[in-house]
Amino acid sequence: MDPVPFEGQGIGVRGRRIRLVAAVAAGGALGTTARAVLGEVLPHDGGIPYATLIANVTGAFLLGLLLERLLRTGDETPRRRLVRLGLGTGVLGGFTTFSSLALESVELTRADDAATAVVYAVGSVALGLAACVAGIVLGARSARRAT
Amino acid sequence: MTAGELVLVGLAGGIGATCRFVVETLVRRRWLGVMPWGTIVVNVSGSLLIGGLAAACADGALGSQAYAVAAVGFCGGYTTFSAAMMDTVRLAQVGATGRAVLNACGTLALTCTAAAFGWAVVAAVL
Repeated sequence: MDPVPFEGQGIGVRGRRIRLVAAVAAGGALGTTARAVLGEVLPHDGGIPYATLIANVTGAFLLGLLLERLLRTGDETPRRRLVRLGLGTGVLGGFTTFSSLALESVELTRADDAATAVVYAVGSVALGLAACVAGIVLGARSARRAT
Repeated sequence: MTAGELVLVGLAGGIGATCRFVVETLVRRRWLGVMPWGTIVVNVSGSLLIGGLAAACADGALGSQAYAVAAVGFCGGYTTFSAAMMDTVRLAQVGATGRAVLNACGTLALTCTAAAFGWAVVAAVL
């Protein structure tokens, strides 16, 4: 149930803010756990870190899908903001990571494999952008069908 | 990774994501404009941190479990690849193509530099 927009009724501004932070935290924990599990399933022993790559590209795709669909299906209400922050900022923000990408690129370079580092780093961004665009296109399409 | 470690990693990720949300909110209030400085700040600072953590772990000063929680957990939750991609695409969509390219290439270059720098500093100190 959405809090009513008047001050002093419903859960109020402070309650809403706490709810948003809680959604980001919970989503972030979930997304991070999923990424960690993927890292266990696809461990990295030299070569391209596929776990990070898959998580990042998938996350970019899903964020494009989520945000475009939200954008196209109406103005932001408190509930829709909660969804955006919980799933977008939280889950997908936790699922994807730039720090691992950067560190892994540096580690590959230090291991005298700069070529793989460049392919990995540039490839991640290229694939990530393409995936994001694909997600946006799909999000727009799904919104057209829904409205 | 044990189930317990996974839980800790997840919790650290939740804290990281919350920190990202706070930092991005604060940055966005101060820098009105189209360039996504909030995302850039979290990604670069998070990469600086993970570089230092990795050097500490390689040196033996940081245990592998603690490293996993801090690096995979916190830094992973704190930084975000998806938002960086989204920001780039949105910039291109509004016609700020130059800034889109700058965001993508710049973030990549700065985060890698930050990670290397973080590593170098901690390795030198330890």
